Amino acid sequence: MSDPDFTFTIDGTTIPAKPGQTIMEAADAAGVYIPRLCDHEGLRHQGGCRVCTVKAGGRSVAACTQPAAPKLVVENETDHINKLRRDLVEMLFHEGNHLCPICEASGNCELQAMAYRLDMTGPTKFPYLEPCRAVDASHPDIALDTNRCISCSRCIRASQDVDHKGVFGYVGRGIHRRVAVNGSDLAHTDADITDHAISADVCPVGCIIRKGVGFATPIGEREFDHGLIGSDIEGKRRE
Amino acid sequence: MSELEKARIATVSLAGCFGCHMAILDIDERLIELMKLVEFDRSPLTDMKTFTRRCDIGIIEGGCCNEENVHVLRDFRRNCDVLIALGQCAIMGGLPAMRNAIMHSDAPLRECLEEAYITGDYIRNTTHQIPNDPALPLLLDEVYPCSDVVEIDYQIPGCAPSGDIIFNTLSSLLAGRFHGFARENIKFD
Repeated sequence: MSDPDFTFTIDGTTIPAKPGQTIMEAADAAGVYIPRLCDHEGLRHQGGCRVCTVKAGGRSVAACTQPAAPKLVVENETDHINKLRRDLVEMLFHEGNHLCPICEASGNCELQAMAYRLDMTGPTKFPYLEPCRAVDASHPDIALDTNRCISCSRCIRASQDVDHKGVFGYVGRGIHRRVAVNGSDLAHTDADITDHAISADVCPVGCIIRKGVGFATPIGEREFDHGLIGSDIEGKRRE
Repeated sequence: MSELEKARIATVSLAGCFGCHMAILDIDERLIELMKLVEFDRSPLTDMKTFTRRCDIGIIEGGCCNEENVHVLRDFRRNCDVLIALGQCAIMGGLPAMRNAIMHSDAPLRECLEEAYITGDYIRNTTHQIPNDPALPLLLDEVYPCSDVVEIDYQIPGCAPSGDIIFNTLSSLLAGRFHGFARENIKFD
């Protein structure tokens, strides 16, 4: 016999949940948005970016991997947690080369949209690392600009678990850990434009570039020009 | 309101493309409303090269790519009560900062200048030299955001910022009730 359904609270709102659901899965179903970058619908959870950090029972946990529990008290939209998230997102901007004005993903970029949502507009206190990373344009249909990579591993999980190919993987350790391709360059892998890992939704930033379709939608008319990131999930609550 | 009671605004374009100054004109007819409250001091819009007196607001377009930019920015900090970085170049270096991270280069500035003046495929430079006239400001090793050089009070994001965000920020600052940007107005492109 399976365990019965239960409820917990996020910022005082009662959230119904089923046994085995994570805090984020239950929150999404209830129309409460918890910011996230490395988590993506249809891919296994990783808990890597920590942007979804919430306080659950007073402890900081990743909402995408932490199972919901009966009567759990979760804090999500507090000034303190949002400041931590803003700092995390700002450090992601500074760790790579994120030049929104020249990026084809601008307006569709989840990193940028998260900065908008978290009001990342103050003078910075972090240094810009400005790494020098090569662009891989070897593949006829796909280009990789890892200057914009935030190491979320969404392409790795999509390629392994959905495409069953393993085109992408991590190399290196710590600050040197990077996403790399399983070959001398992308042209020497079995990557294909029809792969789920290459689809427009999987890469949250402008790192995986589909050639030939750039700027088909003009700047100013893109996904996050029409609404804040998470507004689709929050919309469920109002319905 | 007499001229003396009006708030004084100074503006300058450092390592920018002048697009942010053009964006100030995107305020459109509200410019008339704004001009009832402010007067421009040192600015490319007035063609005044020095401060006539202390200003309430200084607006900076562009980051710092040469020593003159640094001198001008420090002059603005000394002469303005509130300093605003306008647009992505002033905020984080912007497009000029692309020269900070040229791939595989140990000396990105040298590589940038050599390609621009000597080795580039489409260059016609009869002197075969990188310009080095003493009148030219010395280039910095990197392009720096304004907040790396002086204390910045507010940053208006955008490339270029919209007329709405510029007008809303200036008018609420002048009224003493600025409490951040409307989230739908925050854009980095």
